[in-house]
Amino acid sequence: MNTVLELIFRLAWWLILAPLLPGIINKVKAWVAGRRGPPVLQLYYDLARLWRKSVVMSTLASPGFVIGPAVAWVALLGAVILVPLGPAGAALSFRGDVLLMLYLLALARFCTAWAAMETGSAFEGMGAAREVSYAVLAEAAMVAAMLSLCVQTGSVSLATMLAPSAGAGAVLLAAGLFTVLLAENCRVPFDDPNTHLELTMIHEAMILDHSGPPLAVILHGASMKLLLFSVLLTEAVLPMGDLSPFAATGVLLGGVLTATVGVGLVESLLARFAFQRVPLLLTTAVLLCLFALLVAWKGGAA
Amino acid sequence: MSASTPFALLANASSLPWAEVPEWPVDEFVRAAANELARGARLCAWFGVPEAGATRLVAVLAFDADNTLATARSRPFTGGYHSLTPAHPQAHLFEREVWEQHGLTPEGHPWLKPVRRTAGDAPTNGDFFRVDGCEIHEVAVGPVHAGIIEPGHFRFQCAGEEVLHLEIALGYQHRGVEEALAGGPHRATLSQMETVAGDATIAHATAHATIMEALAGTEAPLRAQWLRAIALELERLANHTGDLGALANDVAFLPTSSACGKIRGDFLNLTALICGNRFGRGLVRPGGGRHDLEAERAARLTRQLQVALADTEQAVAWLWDAASVRSRFEDVGTVFPSQAAEIGLVGLAARACGLVRDVRYDHPAGWHRFAQASVVVWPSGDVFARARVRSLEIQRSGAFLLDQLASPPDGELYQEPTAPAPDTLAVSLVEGWRGEVCHVALTDAVGRFRRYKIVDPSFHNWTGLALALRGAAISDFPICNKSFNLSYCGFDL
Repeated sequence: MNTVLELIFRLAWWLILAPLLPGIINKVKAWVAGRRGPPVLQLYYDLARLWRKSVVMSTLASPGFVIGPAVAWVALLGAVILVPLGPAGAALSFRGDVLLMLYLLALARFCTAWAAMETGSAFEGMGAAREVSYAVLAEAAMVAAMLSLCVQTGSVSLATMLAPSAGAGAVLLAAGLFTVLLAENCRVPFDDPNTHLELTMIHEAMILDHSGPPLAVILHGASMKLLLFSVLLTEAVLPMGDLSPFAATGVLLGGVLTATVGVGLVESLLARFAFQRVPLLLTTAVLLCLFALLVAWKGGAA
Repeated sequence: MSASTPFALLANASSLPWAEVPEWPVDEFVRAAANELARGARLCAWFGVPEAGATRLVAVLAFDADNTLATARSRPFTGGYHSLTPAHPQAHLFEREVWEQHGLTPEGHPWLKPVRRTAGDAPTNGDFFRVDGCEIHEVAVGPVHAGIIEPGHFRFQCAGEEVLHLEIALGYQHRGVEEALAGGPHRATLSQMETVAGDATIAHATAHATIMEALAGTEAPLRAQWLRAIALELERLANHTGDLGALANDVAFLPTSSACGKIRGDFLNLTALICGNRFGRGLVRPGGGRHDLEAERAARLTRQLQVALADTEQAVAWLWDAASVRSRFEDVGTVFPSQAAEIGLVGLAARACGLVRDVRYDHPAGWHRFAQASVVVWPSGDVFARARVRSLEIQRSGAFLLDQLASPPDGELYQEPTAPAPDTLAVSLVEGWRGEVCHVALTDAVGRFRRYKIVDPSFHNWTGLALALRGAAISDFPICNKSFNLSYCGFDL
């Protein structure tokens, strides 16, 4: 009974809390710009509205057009199940679960790109091409970050990896992971989630032809991914394991909120980068994470 | 140099009896036009006038350095003539337009296809230039766009993210403005002129009113000319500010984007303060104007203008201070000065390529003969230059306005114009916020319009956008497009 209840709470955290984050980001942006902005719960309303709508399908699209987003959502759900929630730990934890998480994230990306290509539209093709090209660097940074945590803690299980702080390399890791968070979640300066210009979109261009429940699933999956990365960032940098359960929960919530507000501030104050410059910034993220790895490897031993 | 031209000279906002316009056989006419263009003249208008089953070609050229316009016509003919375009690319759209409207074929034209319509079909049903190769992909954008903008079709030939060629197909909004003017002016004419391009209402209405006054051989009272100059600069301020905000929005730079959207409204409200309409409809009419700006309202206008200008200064400063914005604007969408001169760019797009082209300065008419704002030029030809010219013009226009508002001329605002002279050609150029708005009218034996030609600056400048995209990244198209911000309906007429 307890396990069932726990699982329900866990899913509630991930599934119900996730759409709050984009709402907070938009509120921060509106606040900086001096506007009132959309309600914090706007994404919930949008999801409810999309869920009630019917689907418009291209006659060219194969079933992958709908299966892609579904598989991507399930893969993301699988990934978040593996991420420990502070004192509560992960629902599922085993040796090497960090690898599974990375692969599930990659699977989600593959399925979104696959669904995008199904439409045969030039826009979606361009969006998918951009998404996967930047993923090459973003994933490298992510792998380097996870590797540094593995070296730091001598473990390949997320629960033990994320418990202590990242040590001396924490600042490097925080900067690197925050950049990856922005890139992976298609935020400024990599992508502009608010743009209406198809030619400049990355993530948005991939989902232009999706509508109704599949679109709702994609949007919800994207918000879960944002929550996953903010949780990872907070836990990787802060020593969650050393705190009392109550304090750890507070720190976790505070960390996620800080990361979200940070995204909002970045979007408010920074223009978006030209596509040619994006690899430069992502390479910087890779280097930051590699240096964190170096610090964990050499600094930790000293 | 224009002293030796065989063309008939006339000043901006003046008229010439049709009989005094020199007339040659078409071959000689085209050769003479080519000679003048080769000597640095600029093609303002090139159109056909039907006559007894055949068509005459009429050319209006501008000698900017000599502050004069020149015109000539061909004898009526049918069939073909030797195309100007291979030697003078600025003629290419004009020749296509004449071919579409009158069936005169420019022989040797490299890309002869309709400008606005294909016999009953959608504008995109022509051939598009295609680049071959297994790595080339074609991207078609529009005519329905994601934003709330006008319809136009853009066909990109891309290698990956790089644009090799862009072809623009417009004409979705062809309303038949010129056709509607035949036999005019009608009761609806003034309203139609105000909506040739809705964001350049003052410029087009002023050009039309000036034509009517030139045909009548009169001038609007000084006070009306003063008010038109003020409204024209207010229109420039509103649109430039809106464009800077839109550019900031396209690179996701929120501070300037949010502020400029609001300030644009403030400037529009200033026009509304004068005449009750934010776009200046009803402000300009042949013979003068109906809405006077008495001292009390002028003082209010000045106060509100100062506030709005200070706000703009601040919002634009954020834009220039952000390194992330500058890196997005610099070296993006470059049009080289030689290209700009070749394709006949006008207005701020030309000035952003280092060309000194400003009708207020080159061909002053109306109030601009007495008061001038200095011409803003920036040499680099990229998005940065076009944004920079806008922000500098906001400063200059602001200073000009404050100057002029302080010293209004006295007198009447309206003087009933006499009837238009028969068989007369009148030309009027106005520097709208995009660039040169050109109206040419030819009257018949009873003083009604026999032919009325409108050239919106967008007609010259769309080609500039296509060139700016060559070698650029396709993701930079939106900011390049926004940096020109050309009119679709002004082109489509």
